[in-house]
Amino acid sequence: MSAQEEMSAQHQEVATGRVKRGLAEMLRGGVIMDVVNAEQAKIAEDAGAVAVMALERVPADIRREGGVARMSDPVLIEEIQGAVTIPVMAKARIGHFAEAQILQALQVDYIDESEVLTPADQAHHIDKWAFEVPFVCGATNLGEALRRISEGAAMIRSKGEAGTGNVVQAVTHLRSILGDIRKITQADEAELFGWAKELRAPYDLVKEVHDSGRLPVPLFCAGGLATPADCSLVMQLGAEAVFVGSGIFKSSDPAKRAAAIVEATTHYLDPAILIKVSRNLGPAMVGIEMDKLDVHLADRGW
Amino acid sequence: MLALQGDFAEHARHLELLGTPVCLVKTPEDLRGCEGLILPGGESTTISRLLESSGLAVAIRDLVSQGLFLFGTCAGMILLASEVVDGRPDQIRLGMIDITVRRNGFGRQIRSFEADLEVEGLAGPPVRAVFIRAPVVERVGPSVAVLGGVRYDFAEGEALSVPVVCRNERVLVSSFHPELTSDLRLHEYFIGMIQSA
Repeated sequence: MSAQEEMSAQHQEVATGRVKRGLAEMLRGGVIMDVVNAEQAKIAEDAGAVAVMALERVPADIRREGGVARMSDPVLIEEIQGAVTIPVMAKARIGHFAEAQILQALQVDYIDESEVLTPADQAHHIDKWAFEVPFVCGATNLGEALRRISEGAAMIRSKGEAGTGNVVQAVTHLRSILGDIRKITQADEAELFGWAKELRAPYDLVKEVHDSGRLPVPLFCAGGLATPADCSLVMQLGAEAVFVGSGIFKSSDPAKRAAAIVEATTHYLDPAILIKVSRNLGPAMVGIEMDKLDVHLADRGW
Repeated sequence: MLALQGDFAEHARHLELLGTPVCLVKTPEDLRGCEGLILPGGESTTISRLLESSGLAVAIRDLVSQGLFLFGTCAGMILLASEVVDGRPDQIRLGMIDITVRRNGFGRQIRSFEADLEVEGLAGPPVRAVFIRAPVVERVGPSVAVLGGVRYDFAEGEALSVPVVCRNERVLVSSFHPELTSDLRLHEYFIGMIQSA
């Protein structure tokens, strides 16, 4: 048998749903850190990050400086890919499938179709089924999560409010998603049609949530996490992993805080370890209250 | 079940379906009374750090000398291997099985794949094996048996067969993730290794 025949006899397939979701499963219980250069990526990997998110400005700076936020320069992504051995993710604007095509050609490991960047399309998200690289998308509620999954997202992260250092919106979104999942598991067959209508989500996905009691893809948490205790909080609420953006590299001692956040995400139920890692981290990022915000990033996406 | 990071919940579900009592291990105390330990898929550099900070690396080495059985999938295989290529220099090598593995040897996520494989000792249809940024076994020591392999196109027209399931007396490793499918046979095989001891 030739090599080609042997491989086709093994029915080798890439980019199946299982393969796309699979990487998200591997990241569970871990911390994905925003980094803006190779040096920060090394610090993140040294601290035990499961993956890094390559971007040009962390959300706190995007918020402060304003202007249109776009996909990163490919050079920056390549430098970060060269600096670390862990998965490298990168962000594309909502609906900007050309940015996503470039990121796929760069072989990033996950594409984040992100509200943190300025949206490119006010009605449509990217058709994520058209890509071999898996996508993660943000959601503020279950309907939004299921719409993203119906478009092909292989991981959902609760949006929170990026760049604020304030965990309140992350908690709101996580509770909304998980609370509705709990209600749907109790619904009878007729009520599922009502849920599909109310959530503006495909019936089949609503049914899947009802039958399995969970989202069809892993649910991570993002947006405003700044301390080990924040990570413990959202993990206890039901997040399967966390994204930490500005919270690490806008703090006074990023390496130490990053390592502490990794420990807290693993040992989120162990107060003794949480005390140990929370000691002497230096000032966290300052943070902003929600009613002081000019722009609510979580409102982006449809 | 090592539960520091990764897809340990999937492994635990497989064990529960097989009627095996499962305990999630995050600290050395959790290991008490365990006959076998599964190291799940995940990020090997992260798990490596957490094994050290929790004191579990030392505890596992101690228990292995008293007869603990080990099963590692993907990241777990990397952690159990005697030699790792393309890892971090400070990454833990538990050295429980004499193989050399290359981290992410099949490439980045876009090259992650699934395939049907024959695995020696598993009766029935082929195993549907899911490879996620998987390690490649580049060398197998004399004390190690190869139970299954995959033929893979590493570069245009350069297809090579590489081992993907290996074992020695008390350690089982696979480059792919049996926990991501509903096939319980490899977990059953591991439990069989413990029971026949």
